[in-house]
Amino acid sequence: MLLIHCPHCQENRDEEEFSYGGEAHIVRPLEPEALNDQAWADYLFFRTNSRGIHHEMWYHAMGCRRYFNATRNTLTYEILETYKTGTQPTIVGASA
Amino acid sequence: MKKYSGFSLLKNALSYHENWQKVWRSPTPKKHYDVVIVGGGGHGLATAYYLAKIHGITNIAVIEKGYLGGGNTARNTTIIRSNYLWDEASQLYDLSLKLWEGLSQELNYNVMFSQRGVLNLGHNLQDMRDIERRVNANRLNGIDGEVVSPQRIKEIAPLINISSDSRYPILGASWQPRGGTARHDAVAWGYARGADALGVDLIQQTEVTGIRRQGGAVIGVETNHGFIGAAKVACVTAGNSGVVAAMAGLRLPVESRPLQALVSEPVKPCLDTVVMSNAVHGYISQSDKGDLVIGAGVDSYNGYGQRGSFHVVEHTIQAICELFPSFSRVRMNRQWGGIVDTCPDACPIISKTSIKGLYFNCGWGTGGFKATPGSGYVFADTVANDHPHPLAAAFSLDRFNTGALIDEHGAAGVAH
Ligand SMILES: Cc1cc2nc3c(=O)[nH]c(=O)nc-3n(C[C@H](O)[C@H](O)[C@H](O)COP(=O)(O)OP(=O)(O)OC[C@H]3O[C@@H](n4cnc5c(N)ncnc54)[C@H](O)[C@@H]3O)c2cc1C
Ligand SMILES: [Zn+2]
Repeated sequence: MLLIHCPHCQENRDEEEFSYGGEAHIVRPLEPEALNDQAWADYLFFRTNSRGIHHEMWYHAMGCRRYFNATRNTLTYEILETYKTGTQPTIVGASA
Repeated sequence: MKKYSGFSLLKNALSYHENWQKVWRSPTPKKHYDVVIVGGGGHGLATAYYLAKIHGITNIAVIEKGYLGGGNTARNTTIIRSNYLWDEASQLYDLSLKLWEGLSQELNYNVMFSQRGVLNLGHNLQDMRDIERRVNANRLNGIDGEVVSPQRIKEIAPLINISSDSRYPILGASWQPRGGTARHDAVAWGYARGADALGVDLIQQTEVTGIRRQGGAVIGVETNHGFIGAAKVACVTAGNSGVVAAMAGLRLPVESRPLQALVSEPVKPCLDTVVMSNAVHGYISQSDKGDLVIGAGVDSYNGYGQRGSFHVVEHTIQAICELFPSFSRVRMNRQWGGIVDTCPDACPIISKTSIKGLYFNCGWGTGGFKATPGSGYVFADTVANDHPHPLAAAFSLDRFNTGALIDEHGAAGVAH
């Protein structure tokens, strides 16, 4: 069970209040029609799937109903930081 | 390889079972192999076996970082069925089911395949429409299946609660009599023994740490015990496939998630079939030892820690107690997690890659145990001929570029 700090509510809340949004910082292509199939597939389906430091989106579904990002270690599940959408992580690291 | 038989059992009894031949060798790796298989789970071992047996390629190493069959193969709830919705998937899973039917004979190893049947329950009208559609599709593909009533379900599994005033009443189910369970370890061990006898080197406690390439082609793998050359490298590493792909500079449409299961204390025989429910999300069978084997849902987040969150297990237990009220008294013994490689369309990837001589078989997610024989069979063919086996062609990596996804979220909806 994860205890997640929502940067909007400024509170630690139970994992069950949140839903997972997958890898963060994937930029939606500005001109999708200009992409070839491979680049579009890469955007839609291909993921880094880091073993170690991972930046990911979470949605505070049963709270403020806002998205934010978390930096989490996918081996230990430790949440190293959470930060608002649109801002950058302070912890970046190579995958283990 | 000495054959197992009633006679050999008697003979070895005379020497107090102290002289059985080792089930496989523990060879030191050669410098170079025709094929290196990364990952000694059921799928990797089956691939090695069929490469040697059918394609005559015996200069093979299977490289396993832990011990053989210690990954998801050892952690799964062993449900076997082939009643998937789409032609491509159901044909692949049914090839596998047919191989299961002869596997103990083929391998001269008892994999304890038990065709006790699988029920997939429906709890609302839409569930029932989906079940009818799926069963009809299965029958068109020559796969056994029936839509059964609550009364028939009660005959098959007498402890189940079919009362209409339960929270999620059971309206019916699909029933695949040929489905069932098998002994997870035995499958890995059986294929390992068979492959070893055909000359395959099984190398345990050795981790692949890099994939060496030259001019767009693979030439071998780096390991914690040194470099091993290979003309072809076939990766069958389930939850760690993304990590292995990254060693070759590739990304996959795969995310690794924890999937949990738990077993109870052994109890007297009370459930001789497999019961699954997408809607309340639980699935259960009883092992030959007597423990109730219960599969939970997949955790929502990416993870490699081989454990998941407690509330996921809690929800599953709620569902099981809803279906089988008497099981609320049973005590749980052990709980664990595996790391499953989930794909966007809930179907596997059996594919060549953009790098010559590098192949991937992964993305089986929550339901690849049932496919172990078929997966190995078609992957061996794909690797041997450097061309997809007809039943593997639809599962290429390229489907994510073309958009020809095979959406099995319905039939694979419950983790199994
Ligand atoms: C809890 C749970 C329940 C499940 N229930 C079912 C079910 O009821 N029915 C069903 O059909 N499926 C089920 N599954 C799914 C099924 O277990 C898997 O799809 C299947 O076992 C995958 O087999 P595999 O051989 O590909 O993977 P694994 O058995 O995981 O083998 C992969 C191997 O690769 C090795 N490896 C990884 N990286 C490296 C490296 N760098 N170097 C060397 N070796 C490496 C690992 O150590 C591992 O042994 C379940 C899974 C789980 C976790
Ligand atoms: Zn919040």
